[in-house]
Amino acid sequence: MTCLPGKVDRQLGLVIDLDTCVGCHACVTACKGWNDQGYGVPLSDQDPYGADPSGTFLNRVHSYQVEPPGEVPMIVNFPRSCLHCADAPCVTVCPTGASYKRTEDGIVLVNEDACIGCGLCAWACPYGARELDMGAGVMKKCTLCVDRIYNENLPEEDREPACVRTCPTGARHFGDLSDPASAVSRLVAERGGIDLMPEQGTRPANKYLPPRGKDRAPASLLEPLLDVQATGLAGWLDRMLGRF
Amino acid sequence: MTEQPRLNTSPPVSDEVRKTTCYMCACRCGINVHLKDGRVSYIEGNRDHPINKGVLCAKGASGIMQVTAPSRLRAPLRRVGPRGSGAFEEITWEEALQTAVDWLRPLRETAPQKLAFFTGRDQSQSLTAWWAQMFGTPNYAAHGGFCSVNMAAGGIYTIGGAFWEFGQPDWARTKLFILFGVAEDHDSNPIKIGIGKLKARGARVVGVNPVRSGYNAVADDWYGITPGTDGLLILSLVHCLMEAGRIDLDYLARWTNAPCLVGADGMLMRDDAGKPIVIDRATGKPAPWDRAGVRPDLGAEWQGARTVFHHMAARYLSPEFAPEGVADRVGLPAARIRALAAEIGAAFDQPVEIAQDWVDFRGERHSVMRGRPISFHAMRGISAHSNGFQTARALHLLQAILGAVETPGGYRLKPPYPKPVAAHPKPHARATPGQPLPGPHLGYVRGPEDLCLDDQGNPLRIDKGFTWENPFSAHGLMQMVIPNAHAGDPYRIDTLFLYMANMAWNSSMNTREVIGMLTATGADGEYTIPRIIYSDAYASEMVAYADLILPDTTYLERHDCISLLDRPISEPDAAGDAIRWPVVEPDRDVRGFQSVLLDLGARLGLPGMVTPDGRPAYRDYADYIVRHQRKPGIGPLAGWRGADGSGEGRGDPNPDQLARYIANGGFHQIHIPAEAAFFKPWNAAYQDWAVATGLLDGPAPYLIELWSEPMRRFQAAAEGQGPVQPPDHLRDRLRQAMDPLPLWYPPYGDEAAESYPLHALTQRPMAMYHSWGSQNAWLRQIHGRNPLYVPTRVWREQGFEDGDWARVSSPNGEIVVPVAHMAALNENTVWTWNAIGKRKGTWALDPEAPEATKGFLLNHLISELLPDRGDGLRRANADPVTGQAAWFDLRVRIEKAPPPAEAQPAFAPIPDIPRAGGGRESSFRRKLDKLNFLRKFGAEGGA
Repeated sequence: MTCLPGKVDRQLGLVIDLDTCVGCHACVTACKGWNDQGYGVPLSDQDPYGADPSGTFLNRVHSYQVEPPGEVPMIVNFPRSCLHCADAPCVTVCPTGASYKRTEDGIVLVNEDACIGCGLCAWACPYGARELDMGAGVMKKCTLCVDRIYNENLPEEDREPACVRTCPTGARHFGDLSDPASAVSRLVAERGGIDLMPEQGTRPANKYLPPRGKDRAPASLLEPLLDVQATGLAGWLDRMLGRF
Repeated sequence: MTEQPRLNTSPPVSDEVRKTTCYMCACRCGINVHLKDGRVSYIEGNRDHPINKGVLCAKGASGIMQVTAPSRLRAPLRRVGPRGSGAFEEITWEEALQTAVDWLRPLRETAPQKLAFFTGRDQSQSLTAWWAQMFGTPNYAAHGGFCSVNMAAGGIYTIGGAFWEFGQPDWARTKLFILFGVAEDHDSNPIKIGIGKLKARGARVVGVNPVRSGYNAVADDWYGITPGTDGLLILSLVHCLMEAGRIDLDYLARWTNAPCLVGADGMLMRDDAGKPIVIDRATGKPAPWDRAGVRPDLGAEWQGARTVFHHMAARYLSPEFAPEGVADRVGLPAARIRALAAEIGAAFDQPVEIAQDWVDFRGERHSVMRGRPISFHAMRGISAHSNGFQTARALHLLQAILGAVETPGGYRLKPPYPKPVAAHPKPHARATPGQPLPGPHLGYVRGPEDLCLDDQGNPLRIDKGFTWENPFSAHGLMQMVIPNAHAGDPYRIDTLFLYMANMAWNSSMNTREVIGMLTATGADGEYTIPRIIYSDAYASEMVAYADLILPDTTYLERHDCISLLDRPISEPDAAGDAIRWPVVEPDRDVRGFQSVLLDLGARLGLPGMVTPDGRPAYRDYADYIVRHQRKPGIGPLAGWRGADGSGEGRGDPNPDQLARYIANGGFHQIHIPAEAAFFKPWNAAYQDWAVATGLLDGPAPYLIELWSEPMRRFQAAAEGQGPVQPPDHLRDRLRQAMDPLPLWYPPYGDEAAESYPLHALTQRPMAMYHSWGSQNAWLRQIHGRNPLYVPTRVWREQGFEDGDWARVSSPNGEIVVPVAHMAALNENTVWTWNAIGKRKGTWALDPEAPEATKGFLLNHLISELLPDRGDGLRRANADPVTGQAAWFDLRVRIEKAPPPAEAQPAFAPIPDIPRAGGGRESSFRRKLDKLNFLRKFGAEGGA
């Protein structure tokens, strides 16, 4: 089995704002587009124009209906991709060492040359964040766009994951979560960012910012200037225009 | 532990980046198209582009699957079997163009109106309209009649600009943003960017929508309103705000016609020069509204006449608009309506000020720009109803009483708007054989004398646009063209010419009936619509029903201009336009439709399209974009004009113009000076800038028309006044619908409410736009099915369970479709995603594709006509003001049904037509083969 590094120099990851994500899937296809021609084998599609199309995506968005007791029902859009866990069970379960966690930035990657496509890692991942590519028979997962974030062929402002660069609402943030002073760490602190399924003990790097409280209109209502029905229109006009 | 693999983290990204404009929807974002080995390898947003600022939606990033789609047409086609059989033969372009010319030339010479030319998702309307005008047919429009003309016309007749993408909230300053109804595609990315900005700074977002999806899912508060009652809610908010004195009197007095005096005839009182008068507070005497220094008095009474403001108070303070009076109807408790009013009032109490000198059109100098941080947006949700025009007007009234139009924190228009009705043309429809139409087809009528009627009062247009049935039909009524042509009402046509409009499927209401009309024959065995020419890039459902197919390119293979003469890419602080250019060349025998149209025009000898010696005036569309001048110095593109490219807005054609656009990332902007940035209709600096830029011929300040005189002229005619009189059967509804002050009446669809208690709606998923793109290999994996979403109450009453199907009936028909439960939904509303359902055999999808077997359209339930009243008259299911198709008026009932083999109605498959093929699989395999080779024999990038 494969070992995790004892510690990482820093931990890059995503902070995803569930209060802002409108569920538009922009991140899904930007990810597909970049990684189809980026790190490793392309992201294949099976039967793309057929009766049961399916394909490999490193990032998917799910829309959940939430019915809090006594409150107004709501929809929460939930983007799902690898969380680059500190205690990544997908790495320790890997029989060939193909899955590994990088010491320099904490990114969990698959070395496709060593991957035998056994699927153990996908089974071990509690988040369902890995997909076995049916075309190439290797395991695919979010690379945090490791071929973008350091890429000297890209302008510096573009050295961020494709999903972050494309997100129209700015609901996705990228940075060093091991640095408490980083913008992403501050955002997590300010907005009460959470770990996904902390009981799994995976210590994910990615954080989710929960939806803000909803459906709480201000309590105080507008006071009428006067009782229009009692004073009549003329009274209202006098009062209204008198102030003018 | 083993050593980490060494990665090359700086692999080459691409060989080249070409910057052009997206066309995966109407948003017109800038895109960086990466190319490797001459093929498109990746598409991302252009960071410099004003519309999307680098971001890109799910559709845009999937454009790479569009340029390789197997459904792409391959060559011109001529139908060789019956319509709908899919039997075509490929022909040469020369044959295709000659066929079209042979059909069209006799029409032009004898009866130009026998050509009906309508375009769907056309982004070249300034060209297509000009072509139709030069041909001489009155029968031209784009798809606005079934899209959202209520929003456009309601806005222009009221504030001189509309929602749509023609303006936007002041995202940086607004504190409360209220979104009415579905608006996920106009504007797509700018609204997402804006909502993101509001969320980042904790501003409030409120959604008013029967369905809590998309933007409503992130709204801080959600009002699950009953469809068709938005206008009533809005006027109730107006009632509450007036009652509480939260209205901006200074704004109303200065910039709206609230202080204008309404005479006994319902028209504004005018001075001898014909200018509406106000009472000047300084003198107590009448004065023209625009006189220097005049301070209009909102409360004036003069010679028995009262101000518009008096009329507003009388109407909206009435108890009929109190929350308690409207609550049941709108489906919201009165307390919730009062809470929303209070929220608006609280934002009203926090005015925004920018320290900026500016001078208004009356010559008064101001040291600050002051506004209210409340903004709104709305599109089809409120407009696709038979009361949509009045509802759009009501929303603009609400904005105006708050002082939130063209002020900091409020709603800001984008050039070429603001632009009053007076600056728009009137419609033209009198055809003369062999001659161009005397003016543009589409325009803004001022009164009954501007209607497009012949001397006997019959409609001049095939769609009955600009008639008493829909006087303000500023975008035409595309949805009525096929039914009217089939019925010969008002007359028969010869050739129907369509571009990018899927009228045999999701772009028509009443799809099955429309298919029948396209294939119907007369006693002579000829088709009742004798000839159909169609241009599309893909094997859509419509292709099978046309006689001659002119295959278009994809958007990455063509020239286009996103022009200030049409629908540009302006921002509130800048005018902007853009181009598309062929970032890859077509690999099949297709041509950009606009170039084809110019070629046809030259062959027909249309004015402006041939030189004096009869040769084609333009080589192709690119040449037209550069050299065409609509007026001296004004052409399709505003940037880099003049021989040396130094001109902006005005200037001679510049042969290097397209190269300059390409070098600048495909777009151009002209920035608005800071002193001209707000109060644009009244701001002298803005007016001067707009004239210098070529947007206006001269300064045109105007007042917001809370009281609409054009409407009153029609209402007065309905009351029997004036020489041009409506037919008697339309008098009552005109009296109501043409009320000059915004009001609400029940949507006509409600007449069916007793038997059909539920409302049924559609919306597009954000990741998909209409049928173009829904065959996309990636996007169809995200949205390949569309259940009917059913609210909890109905779900329980019907005993539905997951996987169930339901029979959904309307006065027009029934469908049997899969259902799914949704709690965050108005309890009397069902809905589904639009345009996912496909006809079997089309779009190069497997006939067993879920889109064809489980996907469905609600269109089958909607009629383009209202139920027959037995008087022999065909009444459009449309807004009585604009003719906007009222598809959101749909009423249905629903009952559990045994699961059929596939969604009903099921249509026979259309045999596969000649097309390009290829697509995701083949390109993917090519890449995979290459990669496997490299992995085996030589490393590239990886380990």
